[in-house]
Amino acid sequence: MFKHHAKLETNIFFLAVGILLTIVVGGLVEVIPLFSIESTIEKVDGVRPYTPLELAGRNIYIREGCYNCHSQMIRPFKDEVERYGHYSLAAESKYDHPFQWGSKRTGPDLARVGGKYTNDWQVRHLINPRDVVPGSIMPGYKHLTRSLEYSDIASHLKVNRIVGVPYTDAQIVNAKKDVEEQVFSDAGSSPAVLASYPKAMIGKASINLSTANPKVVTEMDALVAYLQVLGTMVDFKTVDDTKIRR
Amino acid sequence: MATIEKDSVSGQNTTGHEWDGIKELNTPLPKWWVYVFWATVVWAVAYWFLYPSWPTVNGYLKGSLGYSSRGELANELDIQKKARSAWLSKIEASDVAAIEQDKDLLRYAMAGGKIAFNENCAACHGVGGVGAYGFPTLADDEWLWGGTLADIEQTIKFGVRNTNKDSRQSEMPKFGADGLLKDDQISAVADYVLSLASKAPAKGSAGETVFTENCVVCHGEDGSGQAALGAPALNNQIWLYKGTKDAIVAQVTKPKHGNMPAWSERLEPSTIKMLAVYVHNLGGGK
Repeated sequence: MFKHHAKLETNIFFLAVGILLTIVVGGLVEVIPLFSIESTIEKVDGVRPYTPLELAGRNIYIREGCYNCHSQMIRPFKDEVERYGHYSLAAESKYDHPFQWGSKRTGPDLARVGGKYTNDWQVRHLINPRDVVPGSIMPGYKHLTRSLEYSDIASHLKVNRIVGVPYTDAQIVNAKKDVEEQVFSDAGSSPAVLASYPKAMIGKASINLSTANPKVVTEMDALVAYLQVLGTMVDFKTVDDTKIRR
Repeated sequence: MATIEKDSVSGQNTTGHEWDGIKELNTPLPKWWVYVFWATVVWAVAYWFLYPSWPTVNGYLKGSLGYSSRGELANELDIQKKARSAWLSKIEASDVAAIEQDKDLLRYAMAGGKIAFNENCAACHGVGGVGAYGFPTLADDEWLWGGTLADIEQTIKFGVRNTNKDSRQSEMPKFGADGLLKDDQISAVADYVLSLASKAPAKGSAGETVFTENCVVCHGEDGSGQAALGAPALNNQIWLYKGTKDAIVAQVTKPKHGNMPAWSERLEPSTIKMLAVYVHNLGGGK
């Protein structure tokens, strides 16, 4: 076979067939594993689509380029698990389009930042990080205190459904109402939005700002609601460690 | 087609290609190189059988060694746990008071507590517990919820005003916003609080009357506060939300309330014990 490669290389037809075969094989090797990609997603309970408010916050997270400095991926290494908590599962970002794993950490990983700090801290830190962390080099995001544009939030849910996030019709219809309910209900209360989105952070995050208008949903409220749910959906006490080994 | 000929100098065949009279030798690859190449191919095949490799319809070939990166992590964590258990088992078995009595355990807890504090607590309370506006200083002897070891451990475990059922709860009434006090009464009581803070209570003032009727239940007659209710002492110059008259008026009108997460939901009991000991020893433990 090796002796006759000159024939293959000097005949335009055979050469074309050879190139095609090479591309087909190379393509299949890349594509076939994706046919069984579902089997690589761990079967764990608790992961749910984002609430409309969290989704709006996530859009702000992407808009402001938070991913440039913060990853959302705790790798299965001893030092990372010691610092940030349980390593990230594929299942935890299955409703992220696009995922925010990131590739660079100028700031800390945020995969499990939900619940680690209080709303007050998050808000003050976002406005001016130096107020609470003197050595921080993170920029301030004071402009997030402006009101959130969420009249089109239902269409964001619809688009996510097209790419596979299982939002129900009711959730899409109620999207705008759910935003308001999540922000304007008292912290610690159990409004209806919690029934379809368990563990969501209820209440207005920026309520303690002296400039806060309690009747307005701000971008800050959305972003903090998103940050406060990160990494909290899966209860790792219910996860059998040996079943999720990869 | 080009003609392959034998090169007279090296004795090798040429490739048969010719460019402007320059011919190329078709020297075979060195034997050692070819053997190494085939050895890597054999190695790769062996690797497929030993380690996770090819995807299958319902998953992937797991390999006979049963390796997984997450499994390896579990092993590493086990080894680390064993290495630390000499100390951590003692910390787990002792209560916080006993840890503080044992010189060696105390040293270990202080070192471990410092690491955990810097990662989890310093964001709000500052490195070394210096505190910030709205976040209490932990390095002094004023405590909102009590400064004994047991109090501190309780606060770290269950936090303050969060959704944990054992969290510390208290709400100061919105004296102004809910119309319980009038503006001039609030102004007067703010003046009285300022006089308390400078250790010269304005006896007989209108503010004292308002204070006696509304504030002493939690903050105490002399303004020394009550840790059980999280009511801060008002008879000193330590302020969580600034000590100006405006700030006090704002706080009486519509109080701000701090929160703290329940760390038992995130951290190991032994870590919380070390944290309690560390905070207790920052300077102001009672």
